[in-house]
Amino acid sequence: MLKSLPVNSVWVRQRDHLLQVRWLRGFFLPVVLLVGWECLSRLGIFPPNLLPAPSAVLATIGQLAASGELFAHIAVTLYRVAVGFLLGGAIATVLGALTGYSRLFSDLLDPLLQSLRNIPSLAWVPLFILWMGIGETSKVALIAVGVFFPVYLNLMSGVQNVDRKLVEVGKAYRLSDLQLIRRIFLPATLPAYIVGLRSGLGLGWMFVVAAEIMGSSQGLGFLLVDGQTTGRPTVILVSILLFAVFGKLTDSALATVGQRLLFWQDSYSSQTH
Amino acid sequence: MSRGVDLRIVELSKSFGSKQVLQDLSLEIKPGEFVAIVGRSGCGKSTLLRLISGLERPTAGGILVDGEPVKQLNTAVRMMFQDARLLLWKRVIQNVGLGLRGNWKSKAQLTLEQVGLADRADEWIAVLSGGQRQRVALARALVSEPRLLLLDEPLGALDALTRIEMQRLIESIWQEQQFTTLLITHDVEEAVTLGDRVVLLEAGQVTLDLEIPLARPRHRGDPVFAALVEQILHRILSRDQKPAVQHSASDLLVHSN
Repeated sequence: MLKSLPVNSVWVRQRDHLLQVRWLRGFFLPVVLLVGWECLSRLGIFPPNLLPAPSAVLATIGQLAASGELFAHIAVTLYRVAVGFLLGGAIATVLGALTGYSRLFSDLLDPLLQSLRNIPSLAWVPLFILWMGIGETSKVALIAVGVFFPVYLNLMSGVQNVDRKLVEVGKAYRLSDLQLIRRIFLPATLPAYIVGLRSGLGLGWMFVVAAEIMGSSQGLGFLLVDGQTTGRPTVILVSILLFAVFGKLTDSALATVGQRLLFWQDSYSSQTH
Repeated sequence: MSRGVDLRIVELSKSFGSKQVLQDLSLEIKPGEFVAIVGRSGCGKSTLLRLISGLERPTAGGILVDGEPVKQLNTAVRMMFQDARLLLWKRVIQNVGLGLRGNWKSKAQLTLEQVGLADRADEWIAVLSGGQRQRVALARALVSEPRLLLLDEPLGALDALTRIEMQRLIESIWQEQQFTTLLITHDVEEAVTLGDRVVLLEAGQVTLDLEIPLARPRHRGDPVFAALVEQILHRILSRDQKPAVQHSASDLLVHSN
């Protein structure tokens, strides 16, 4: 007990140190690849009409940014992902919590949802276009379907896996139903829920590409199609690059929020905040 | 005068499906008494405690706490389990105050002092050792000043030294507060160390009810202590003398004699 304080602080220092080194490690390979790619392109080994140099891709980003076009595309795509994520996530949260908590709802709903889950989500595309037209609604709906299942599944199993022993303690200490949910079910489910939200967001990014390829006049997915039809590989690469950047950024943001909420899980990292 | 409850168990039976766990079990425990229940795993010890706490309902018979039949969870009764069952997302002091209302914080702090964890009140559970977690669980059970404390092998998972430390702690708090205590354990020495009486449970029935006349605190080196432990162990193992039992078990018996 007396020893724990100094031991802790040494640990924290070591972790910080490791973290910095590991950050740099992550950048090492991409930088080497980019430099190699640039060199091989300049030497003419990579044909520019198939694989343009990184500098050419950067130049295209500059042009698109200067015309303001780039930000419009990014904004539209982000908007679609956000609305689809919120919509799918919200419905999944309600249904996942219900089926996790109540046997009755689970028996009624889960078999249906599990069988719908086995339909490849892209198979909905023609139907959604037929129902909702080619506008925003069908795109957002498709993204929401993609987001829905991971969130639903993780939340449901999270609620079902809440340690019954803890629930028993809560009952033995006479917590009301509402207190049980707030003090035991919610915090105990949070780790699984955040995993669900993160994989849901990942699928959201996947489906926004599908939705924008199937017919749109704006968005990063539209840039892909546009680049292909007009024979501009730099535009395709710009789009791919931006998907990677924004996918990673939004996931990191969600991971950070998750870490803040789950501070109790790992006391060492909570001490470093 | 003790503030502990008077506990009467009358012809209690409990079965799960076709499996009979407790059978016509009767036991009387005086206010403030410390009774240790020993028995092999599966003999119905834990089920008995869960019935007394109101977490389970009896199939037949009943339990009287101060003359009143147990129908639901009772605030005068607190239970401590083998695993601490603490909420990892609450700090130590919030865990102790679980289920308290009003001015809970000062009460919880006082109880933490009793179990020797006053300086850890604002820690997260994750940084505590197994023994410290059990002390938090003990504080959580004690904070509402129970009149009946049910201990379901609370020291089973602790190392030998922490265990002895916890036994002393429980004994001193019990002596101070005089609540009625029921301790389940598979450790006969622990039962003899702590119990006013040691009750042996076999196949859902009481087969031995032994007064421990030793003064407290008790010492393991004491010859009477050793003889009592021996007597109880012998009684538990004598079941194995049936012909179907293999050599190893009877070897053990000869050795223990």
